[in-house]
Amino acid sequence: MDTKEKTADHASRASAFNRDEQRVNWHDKTLWFVREKRDKAAWQIPEWEHLRELASQIKDNVLSNLHNYLIQFEKQASSNGIIVHWAATAQEHNEIVYDIIRKKGVSQIVKSKSMLTEECHLNEYLLEKGIDVVDTDFGERIVQLAEEPPSHIVLPCIHKKKEEIGALFHEHLGTPEGSSDPVFLAAAARADLRKHFMKSSVALTGVNFAVAETGEIVVCTNEGNADLGVQLADTHIACMGIEKIIPQRKHLGIFLRLLARSATGQPITTYSSHFRKPRAGQETHVVLVDNGRSERLKSIDFRNALKCIRCGACMNTCPVYRRSGGHSYHYAIAGPIGAILAPSLDMKKYADLPFASTLCGSCSNVCPVKIDIHDQLYRWRQVIVKNGYVNPGKSLGMRTMSTVLSNPSTFRWIGRLGRLFIKHLPFLVNHKLNPWYKKREMPAPPAQSFHQWYKTMRTNGK
Amino acid sequence: MGSRERVLQNILSQQAPAKFLPTFETNYSHDSDNFQKFCEALESIGGKAVEIVTWKGITDHVAEQYPSMRRIISTISELPWYVPQFEHDPHSFENVDLSVLKGHFGVAENGAVWVTESLMGHRSTPFISQHLALVLNKGDIVSTLHEAYDRIDRISYDFGIFIAGPSKTADIEQSLVLGAHGPKSMTVFLVAT
Ligand code: SF4
Repeated sequence: MDTKEKTADHASRASAFNRDEQRVNWHDKTLWFVREKRDKAAWQIPEWEHLRELASQIKDNVLSNLHNYLIQFEKQASSNGIIVHWAATAQEHNEIVYDIIRKKGVSQIVKSKSMLTEECHLNEYLLEKGIDVVDTDFGERIVQLAEEPPSHIVLPCIHKKKEEIGALFHEHLGTPEGSSDPVFLAAAARADLRKHFMKSSVALTGVNFAVAETGEIVVCTNEGNADLGVQLADTHIACMGIEKIIPQRKHLGIFLRLLARSATGQPITTYSSHFRKPRAGQETHVVLVDNGRSERLKSIDFRNALKCIRCGACMNTCPVYRRSGGHSYHYAIAGPIGAILAPSLDMKKYADLPFASTLCGSCSNVCPVKIDIHDQLYRWRQVIVKNGYVNPGKSLGMRTMSTVLSNPSTFRWIGRLGRLFIKHLPFLVNHKLNPWYKKREMPAPPAQSFHQWYKTMRTNGK
Repeated sequence: MGSRERVLQNILSQQAPAKFLPTFETNYSHDSDNFQKFCEALESIGGKAVEIVTWKGITDHVAEQYPSMRRIISTISELPWYVPQFEHDPHSFENVDLSVLKGHFGVAENGAVWVTESLMGHRSTPFISQHLALVLNKGDIVSTLHEAYDRIDRISYDFGIFIAGPSKTADIEQSLVLGAHGPKSMTVFLVAT
């Protein structure tokens, strides 16, 4: 990625991604396939909608009582022998993790998937301190070797073709040139990562759920990499955002039923590990990270984004994500959920993201905790425009839109004009100044507007 | 003020107005046969269910299916591979081909088996061996995860896990590969009771 692309916004990154049409179609289809698997899994559960409602209510309760739940969790976890740390910022989180590693005197650690550490840029921080982090999730290892960020929270290298992965492995792991068979490549990665597991005495993991009642943390993987790392290591560091708390263990029944089905269509992940106490002779650290979350709690409009359980369903279903790729979002978490989380961290830097949506609402429909994602995207647009952070292209369209929508007669007139334009002069609408038209085909214009139709009906006495 | 106090105080002043914690039923009536459903779910996630009547059923199956295995370990005293005392250093299990462990119960809706540390010998055994076999009583299968947690509440543990099939990845172009980092196969022996 060159510097220019590092600062580019969603639209220009998306058009770069769209230069290779075949790849875009393939990306689109692959993710839609995952979305369909999710549907099949969900439809098998008659109480699915009820579970979503319960999950949403439990998370509402958590966000209204987070203070007490965190204290309860800390107390329980500590009495189980877990060392609990608090980090107000990403920087503090990184310092705490580094300090633990430094005291162990090691220069390499193994890490399983944690979006929080991506958010905090932990790998880069540790690298500067001379600590090598080996990402052990296959997908994350692949993007790590490619020196790229993950493009999806559940499927980190979904943007990569197997031939590209083969080339990476040839370069880094010494596999024969030109090999692209997934079974062969996975075996090569397994053998290589085993070596790292066998020699790492510190293992870092994310956390899917932390139970206030029992002080245990739950980590879900399909590959077994979190467990292989932790069970062999003397030190386990688990990093979590403060919103990962759930009140009681029995609530796991609800969340685990929803998580994997929403993510990949599996009935459950292969491993759902419940860490309650460290193993004899092992040290377990849990780092509770705020990094802007408590600030977001007060916002009625945007608070709900904190209910996210990171299943990725909103990305798989999103027509914009599927056709623009995860890297176009230039934030650790891509897709619709990333687009509502990022601007609360840095509104100026991520002002473009809430506009990367058609507001079709598909994300909100699949979200297992019922976050009103597309409504939040819409609200963010307004906040961003009000704060003057919008880019000139979209701002023009937006301002025109608000003039149009607030004045019925102009609306009717422009509508009539629009219908004529699309019919007779489509190139005037589908031009470079109209960002909406990029890669979109406009529908055939109706002969009458709804208003004209309604008026005719009225005059005809119907 | 330390970070802990800062974070907590910030939350306290910002958090949403109190919302109730919902109560819920855990007995969604799925009238189908739990055993049948469990076997189907397990097969669908790449595992294998094998019904047995005596312990010999396990040794016979292993001899037939895994003839070339050199190192097999088990925490079950009735089996020939029984290891009475597990070594402290888990790294010594790296060359284990097959681990045979007991599970507490299975879950019909997803093919998962609940296993706790006390049944593992060492926490690393279910993950480090090349293949895994778990032994369950045929009657010990619950319908859903809700029922599972009702049962889990009665068994205390330091480390517990649902294991559902062999370790797997689909990271390379969504092609499913069994045997990511952990076992390449998972067999569940169901003992008739
Ligand atoms: S917002 Fe909802 S659908 Fe999207 S990742 Fe989070 S929980 Fe899943």
